[in-house]
Amino acid sequence: MTREEIIRPENKVYGRPELLMPVHTHYCPGCSHGVVHKIIAELLQEMNVADKAVGVAPVGCAVFAYNYIDIDWIEAAHGRAPAVATAASRLNPDALVFTYQGDGDLSAIGTAETIHAANRGENIVIIFINNAIYGMTGGQMAPTTLLGMKTATTPYGRRADLNGYPLAISPILASLDGTCYVTRQAVHTPAAVRKAKAAIKKAFQNAMAKRGTSVVEIVATCNSGWKLTPAQSNDWMVENMFPKYPLGDLKNVEPQQ
Amino acid sequence: MEEEIRLMKGNEAIAHAAIRYGADGYFGYPITPQSEVLETLAELRPWETTGMTVLQAESEVAAINMVYGGAATGKAVMTSSSSPGVSLKQEGISYLAASELPALILNVMRGGPGLGTIQPSQADYFQAVKGGGHGDYHLIVLAPATVQEMTDFVALGFDLAFKYRTPAMILADGIVGQMMEKVVLPPQRPRRTDEEIRQQCPWATTGKGTRKHRNVVTSLELDSALMEKNNERFQETYKRIAENEVRYQEYFTDDAEYLIVAFGSVARICLKAIEDARAAGLKIGMIRPITLWPFPTARIAELGKQVKGILTVELNAGQMIEDVRLAVAGSTPVEHFGRMGGIVPNPNEVIDALKNKLSVNL
Repeated sequence: MTREEIIRPENKVYGRPELLMPVHTHYCPGCSHGVVHKIIAELLQEMNVADKAVGVAPVGCAVFAYNYIDIDWIEAAHGRAPAVATAASRLNPDALVFTYQGDGDLSAIGTAETIHAANRGENIVIIFINNAIYGMTGGQMAPTTLLGMKTATTPYGRRADLNGYPLAISPILASLDGTCYVTRQAVHTPAAVRKAKAAIKKAFQNAMAKRGTSVVEIVATCNSGWKLTPAQSNDWMVENMFPKYPLGDLKNVEPQQ
Repeated sequence: MEEEIRLMKGNEAIAHAAIRYGADGYFGYPITPQSEVLETLAELRPWETTGMTVLQAESEVAAINMVYGGAATGKAVMTSSSSPGVSLKQEGISYLAASELPALILNVMRGGPGLGTIQPSQADYFQAVKGGGHGDYHLIVLAPATVQEMTDFVALGFDLAFKYRTPAMILADGIVGQMMEKVVLPPQRPRRTDEEIRQQCPWATTGKGTRKHRNVVTSLELDSALMEKNNERFQETYKRIAENEVRYQEYFTDDAEYLIVAFGSVARICLKAIEDARAAGLKIGMIRPITLWPFPTARIAELGKQVKGILTVELNAGQMIEDVRLAVAGSTPVEHFGRMGGIVPNPNEVIDALKNKLSVNL
């Protein structure tokens, strides 16, 4: 096969999603956010729902998500994305409304909004990036920070007696009648990326079909906050994060036939 | 629904007025003395008639952020609460102002600070007119004195909020919320269609649809030069509002030698005091600010040159008096009479305050 044949459009197997804006992101090299953004951009395009999509951005590292994915966005106050999404979705039933939140946004300051939106069964998707640290503010402890993990506010390691225990919030959300799908994924290998994409696709389909709240937790790396290389971060995540936050579906209510 | 004359509480009138205005959504959390707003909406079930969404939120914080989410999509949305709850809403109100979103917020004030009392108060004047949340912003603040004004200010508040793309607040007190009066309810206005919203609110985040550009609602701007520009644009809006939207009502000011400034239900108590004083030969007039922001500064400055003294009467320790003093700039003495903690003065107390504080001889 000649070079000219290979680069024909019909032979293209991979490219930058059109919805991913042609800009440099502010994310650190090795950060999981970029991969998850790419998955969302690909899916909105492949599912032909970009025109109906309304993203709700958090406060945290993903605060600028609206600069990277070319759809309508609402920037929420810290933790309030599920409340913002509740109204955007209820008042615009044809829209595909999703939130994109980190562990501080979702499981600390926004715990109430998250649990109650999910418990009401709002027809929204919650994408939850859990990297066990506050990245944007400089690496402080998150609710999901592991015991013993060093952060800017637990410089000698998280201690249960001082700081409480790591919070696994997805199982709580899975226990609520309003959720139809709660899954935990990662994006550290090509296989994991494919699974995460399938999960987010299912979540988007659930929202469009008005089946209740879908939650996709992505166990993610923060190599800057963890002070590891990107490759070391992936290994550290597999060894330390996955035992506390095991991957897989926590709840999957199949549609009634 | 046609125009209708009814007898009802101010809080109930708010619910009827919201539906009849064609509001798209109400998000609230119960708190005394305004829970009748949510209760009345739930009883009227507007989602079955006009399609209006009514949702009891898990908190005041969630409710105001639902308002933020709904307003971002160009919908006419509102919330209501009372003082402690409105404190919780301040974060969201600041975001609404900073994101240039129209919304309507009702505060049926009760006595504070803290959990305070469920009885009437006007102690949230500073919070309402000076900002309340963080950053440089103003709300359009409407102060109803009657159940009729509670009704009418729903439409006025929404209209002004959309005209200037900024949140508006109805700052009522527990008396206006709880008392029953005759009220004329306006005829039903249809809710705007999604297409009308797309045309009227080209900034709304409804999903890109057939729009050429995408919309982003945000108050974040890390470039200081651009953030200053944003602030300048907000201030330009506030200037236009201040120039065009000052509202007030005057009573017996033509020949007044002394002036009372009072807002909300207290103005009605003062009016009775003025009638009694005039019967005794004392020429007292009153100005009742209807917009607390923008404040009727220019008119009060004029009246300040005409009268021998001004008394502000408020259900607080003296808050609006600061704006009255700024208005008259020392041209005449300005004193304050207030009751706090849920106590409402009677007309005789107002006359006594005039006598004692302004050395008026009756």
